[in-house]
Amino acid sequence: MNFPVLSVVTFLPLAGAILLIFLPAEKKNLLRYAALAFALATFAVSLTLYFNFDATTPLPQFEEKSAWLGYGINYHLGIDGISLYLVLLTTFLLPIVLLSSWTYIEKRIKEYLIFMLLLETGIIGVFVSLNLFLFYVFWEAMLIPMYFLIGVWGGPRRIYATLKFVLMTMFGSLLMLVAIFVLYAYYYRATGIYSFNIFDHYQLILNPGVQAWLFLAFALAFAIKVPMFPFHTWLPDAHVEAPTAGSVILAAVLLKMGTYGFLRFALPLFPDATERFLPLLAVLSLVGIIYGGLMALIQKDVKSLVAYSSVSHMGLIMLAVFALNVEGVEGAIYQMLNHGLSTGALFLIVGILYERAHTRLIKDFGGVSHQMPVFAAFFLVCMLSSVGLPGLNGFVGEVLCLFGVFRVSTLMAILGVTTVILAAAYLLWMYQRVMHGPITNEKIWTFKDMNLREIAYLAPIVIMMFWMGIYPETFLRKMDSSVVHLLNRVKNRQRVFVQEAGPAREKLAVAKPVEAWTQESMAEGTAIKNAVIEVDMITGNWAKKEEKLEAEDKERGENPDE
Amino acid sequence: MTESFWLIPFIPGASAFVLAVFGRWLPKKWVSFQACVSVFASFVISVVAWLGLLKVDHESLPLVKTLFTWIASGSFSANLSLQLDPLSSVMALVVTGVGFLIHVYSVGYMGHDKGYTRYFAYLNLFTFAMLILVMASNIVLMFVGWEGVGLCSYLLIGFWFEKHSAASAGKKAFIVNRIGDAAFILGIFFLIVHVGTGEFRAINEAVHSGHLGAGLVTLIAILLFIGATGKSAQIPLYVWLPDAMEGPTPVSALIHAATMVTAGVYMVSRMNVLYTLSGEAAQIVAVVGALTAIYAATMALTQNDIKRVLAYSTISQIGYMFIGCGVGAYAAGMFHLYTHAFFKSLLFLAAGSVMHALSGELDMRKMGGLRKYLPLTYPTFLIGAIAIAGVPFLSGFFSKDAILTQAFAHGQYFVWALGIMGAVLTAFYMFRLIFLTFHGEERIEAEAKRHLHESPRVMTVPLVILAFFSVVAGYVGLPVVFGEKANLFNRFLEPVLEPAHEAHLGLGTEWTLILVSVAVAICGIYVAYVFYLKSPQMPHTLVRRFPGVYKLLYNKYYVDEAYDAIFVNPTVKGSEAVYTHFDLKVIDGTIDGTAEATGLAGRVLSLFQSGLVKDYALAMLLGVVIFLGYLLF
Repeated sequence: MNFPVLSVVTFLPLAGAILLIFLPAEKKNLLRYAALAFALATFAVSLTLYFNFDATTPLPQFEEKSAWLGYGINYHLGIDGISLYLVLLTTFLLPIVLLSSWTYIEKRIKEYLIFMLLLETGIIGVFVSLNLFLFYVFWEAMLIPMYFLIGVWGGPRRIYATLKFVLMTMFGSLLMLVAIFVLYAYYYRATGIYSFNIFDHYQLILNPGVQAWLFLAFALAFAIKVPMFPFHTWLPDAHVEAPTAGSVILAAVLLKMGTYGFLRFALPLFPDATERFLPLLAVLSLVGIIYGGLMALIQKDVKSLVAYSSVSHMGLIMLAVFALNVEGVEGAIYQMLNHGLSTGALFLIVGILYERAHTRLIKDFGGVSHQMPVFAAFFLVCMLSSVGLPGLNGFVGEVLCLFGVFRVSTLMAILGVTTVILAAAYLLWMYQRVMHGPITNEKIWTFKDMNLREIAYLAPIVIMMFWMGIYPETFLRKMDSSVVHLLNRVKNRQRVFVQEAGPAREKLAVAKPVEAWTQESMAEGTAIKNAVIEVDMITGNWAKKEEKLEAEDKERGENPDE
Repeated sequence: MTESFWLIPFIPGASAFVLAVFGRWLPKKWVSFQACVSVFASFVISVVAWLGLLKVDHESLPLVKTLFTWIASGSFSANLSLQLDPLSSVMALVVTGVGFLIHVYSVGYMGHDKGYTRYFAYLNLFTFAMLILVMASNIVLMFVGWEGVGLCSYLLIGFWFEKHSAASAGKKAFIVNRIGDAAFILGIFFLIVHVGTGEFRAINEAVHSGHLGAGLVTLIAILLFIGATGKSAQIPLYVWLPDAMEGPTPVSALIHAATMVTAGVYMVSRMNVLYTLSGEAAQIVAVVGALTAIYAATMALTQNDIKRVLAYSTISQIGYMFIGCGVGAYAAGMFHLYTHAFFKSLLFLAAGSVMHALSGELDMRKMGGLRKYLPLTYPTFLIGAIAIAGVPFLSGFFSKDAILTQAFAHGQYFVWALGIMGAVLTAFYMFRLIFLTFHGEERIEAEAKRHLHESPRVMTVPLVILAFFSVVAGYVGLPVVFGEKANLFNRFLEPVLEPAHEAHLGLGTEWTLILVSVAVAICGIYVAYVFYLKSPQMPHTLVRRFPGVYKLLYNKYYVDEAYDAIFVNPTVKGSEAVYTHFDLKVIDGTIDGTAEATGLAGRVLSLFQSGLVKDYALAMLLGVVIFLGYLLF
């Protein structure tokens, strides 16, 4: 790959933000158009990722690698079938949210747009980084623009909300930072190589006790981000206070960083710990589904209702991830995209209502359909997408998630399927109270139906909802090999051992089968004397690596079998 | 032409799309034309496909058309594929045929409504979803139709969304259906995991080969049936259907009488191998059907709202269809579905015509003596009532009799007895409705009377056509007393239905059972005649004599209230309590508390940062002393 597509996609928004700095703050429309142009250009470039994506390989594609700070801190980008769609989701939504805040944000528009573009760079960076250090930099960097977006352009309790959001997220991510360095140290001890490369770390086999601690550190960071019950309370606050665009990005993309983190890092890095904590995490996810649904039922503010519905939906996604089978994980990724579209759209819709009514309390509405028939239709489709009605995107994801869960636990599937009822209950009830019935609030008589700009930014989402519901093949097939590969890694544990003592390089060798190792490590508890590289049966990927290492060993005149 | 059967659902589907997206720019005449013609086109193809099907030999059934792979991931896969076999052919004919007449009727009935285009978009969409439901070749796609018709039902019940009751009724219908659907989804999962696919053909083969254990088959059959109790309004999930009468009357005729609510019966017939194999599940189906049949009939006795009487009647009649399926006589169940589609949609449309005449009046206490004002509505209504009451030689007689005879033949005497009791009640409440509405003294309000008029031709012609079929539709399924081969309907469905362990009764018993049904029907009608024409004070006397029973029936056994008290309110109240006491206090309290504790710790520690050099010097000294002390000792 000669043309650095990923770098362009990642940093084009940043370039836009820098350009915006030099534009005069009074020329508001110029600023808006410039920001929109950059967002659209980023989307256009990111589409080439989809079209040039090779569905047959699980290896990272569009890889870019160059030295950066040394000691394994490299600039290393690449995407696979999992991150591809999250990048596309981000670039797809950014022009939409910029359009949605076209007239609503008047205050400090220049700074606002700069932060939006910075946010985009941060988010894409998280999804494309293959270097743990670089990932962490983006992970944290992304918080800064979000902090200001809520804190400056938010509602009355914005300071409380934004602090809560940032502090809770930081609390989790600091532990993750520690874990990253521990991992780095282990890798160095095992191989004598400094590396933050995620694919190097995948080969590491850690003692289950160490895995447990590191896993918990990563999992906490991601669980707060998702958010999983009981770490969810920052979400309703942040959503209620954030401006519409902030809410959309937050729900649609930021939360996915948590689920993505589990898929990319927590599960494949620590397969034993995953297995150990699986029951706990699955139960928390399940609680999240039902708890979030019940809380959504009784919210008085439309935004916090949608926020709690996110807790419920994200719970289903996490539960499906922990099913650890193809249906579950593909369903989870698909549902991540669906949730991005449907919840994002619902926040846009709440924004449209808020711009007219300056309230979000359900009781202040009623009978809006009468004044805004076009809006009613859009709202209906987005709501039904969130409910998971067949024919729309939500169903495909939901049914795959539940099926994946069903294959591992009937009981969990039975409990999880309640989401089908709950989602219908809280969303339809809300829709009824807002859109139906007689008009009681005088102000509603003055509401105008959606204008062309509003239709322009909701229509693409609605089209995607239908597309993803009717022909999911477009999306699913490019996930297959990455998902299968990921599951192999988590379940079959092909990897390299860590040796506690001895010269660095010699531990890489073909040795005992995995079962023998597991029993041995159970018996010994700590040090593992041997190293193994197992061949990935599906892809043959690790076989190459093994041959290469053997070749290197031979060069040094050593016998790979000690 | 038979091969193009897959076009049947997509023509109304395309029409719905055009109306939904471009409808606001289309002239009203074009909207009516397009909506009706699209369904008629589907009807024509259905007829051609049916004729073609008669020539296809049984081995090559069903004809399957796979359009593309819809969802595929791991071991889960579902195609967008449609199939044509006798069962789906019958359903397609009913849906498009009756559907077309109701579309035409709607042109008149909804003529002055401002949501005219939206109405037809929904109605076309419904037709599309219903046809997907009946023509899907796998259970996942069937579920798409299943939910799709639920959506249309929601939209059409709440069509007049400005009315609070209409909006609530729509929502209730959707949510109650979703409860059933949750079970249905689990049933689908069990099937896919154990059969490997959701294709009906493969399911049949797997069940036949004994690949699925008996317990599993029962479980799946029950889960799917729970879904059916939602969609087909059976105990315990029937509560949405009476409220659904808030929708426009043609909608009640199409969705809540002729087609959608019978989807459960179709589903059970489609999955008949499961129910045939699992005696327990089939018994549940039969008993639930029988109980619903009589239970709903008792509620119909005391209602004064003309549409609600018909709604309870529908619930009751679907109960009969399930009796048929439950005793293994799927063909009889399907036969009743088919005849019911004619006479019940006729009754609803005729009721709509009455409403139209009376400026929207629904209360039978404000009717009476209408027969001379409505010269076409009255006879058609009467035909519908006679047909449903089970009077010989009309369609309802043949189909209901087929079900009850089969129940008796299979030794289900309890179910049979409930069915017979239900039949008395059916005849009674239908003629109560006829007498209160069309006979006796006029109780019409003066204002309504000034506008009193017979409906336009566009509405009455469909009534006449439906009345015609209500009379003759039964002759394709004559009982066995007219000869072994007299039941053409059964023979047509044979290839798709399990060869049930045919229970044969002697001709004498057959005749006796027929006479019992006839006697029962006439008895019901006679009692209604006595009560509401001969001595109209009788009902009042009875009410005074048994006020408790009357109140219980009038208030529908307080089931809605009980569901609210047991399920809805505790959920809402409980969630509110958890929200305020747990979410806000415990979780948020912990987080805010941690933040405050950190702040407090910071303030306490900051006391040490006094900024005075002497304090720091003292601290250093202390530190050195402690350190040295530690090292030395």
